[in-house]
Amino acid sequence: MLKIDDADRRLLRHLQENASASVAAIAARAGLSTGVAARRLDRLTRAGVIQGYGAGINWRALGYTIEVSLRVTLDKTQGNAFDALIAAAREIPEIDEIQTFLGRVDVRLNVLARDLAHYQDIYRNRILALPHIADIEALMLVANVKNTESLPI
Amino acid sequence: MIALDTTDRLILREMTNDARPSSGALAQKLGLSQPATWRRITRLTEAGVLTGKRVRLDAGALGLGVTVFLGIKLATKGRVSLEDFERAVTAIPEVQVVQHVLGLYDYRLRVVARDLADFERVLRRRIMTLPGIGDVEANVLLSEERRPGPLGV
Repeated sequence: MLKIDDADRRLLRHLQENASASVAAIAARAGLSTGVAARRLDRLTRAGVIQGYGAGINWRALGYTIEVSLRVTLDKTQGNAFDALIAAAREIPEIDEIQTFLGRVDVRLNVLARDLAHYQDIYRNRILALPHIADIEALMLVANVKNTESLPI
Repeated sequence: MIALDTTDRLILREMTNDARPSSGALAQKLGLSQPATWRRITRLTEAGVLTGKRVRLDAGALGLGVTVFLGIKLATKGRVSLEDFERAVTAIPEVQVVQHVLGLYDYRLRVVARDLADFERVLRRRIMTLPGIGDVEANVLLSEERRPGPLGV
């Protein structure tokens, strides 16, 4: 595994704060020369520490005002319950996150909907048709108090 | 709210996956002209749909091997206690996401830690000491998949 030192961590911290900044600007903030910073960022990218850069989407600006976190408990007597549920969930475009857990919840599905009627339609016709579900609990998003992909590095 | 056509959706899909290429490179990939692509990106940005470039880091390679989702119920409710709780919880660096939700819990949190022992330290010293905290449920993340969301093309 790649050894990551304090200078790498400073670079990554500033990159997390503003991924659109130029290498020169990030280098200056991290107290490094542009050349050294560019080489280090390149090394971190080749080692897979930096996986990529993606743009965020504000779903509200596209009219998706409802976001619901569905906590699913599976019928574990079915050997393929996880794989079957995840494969079927991928077919529902309104699901933008699928996570599996160790704990009381087996799978979490994040659902986006335009309004409550749209959500009800997705829930009744698509979610409840998913295989091997034993129980579902819903948490409806009221407000994002903090939402950062930033890691404490 | 902004209406999207198929080309806009393709651009959003590409940019959420990789926001680095120039509008020229993206144009070539999608078979469009560079100025047309640039105009569309500008329009999507000005409408608040595209929300800036973010770096994706490998948490495991940076020594953060454990992610835990928490459901939290407040023991006491009232405007002041919500504000106190939110102010304190957002200040914890290991807490990446704080969402105020409706349902079985009042808040859902995403927490990263070096390992389970480190998570226990965060839970005991930072989370369980939050003002107004009641029931806490923890689920350890095993796998995660981000989907493009409702950008059907």
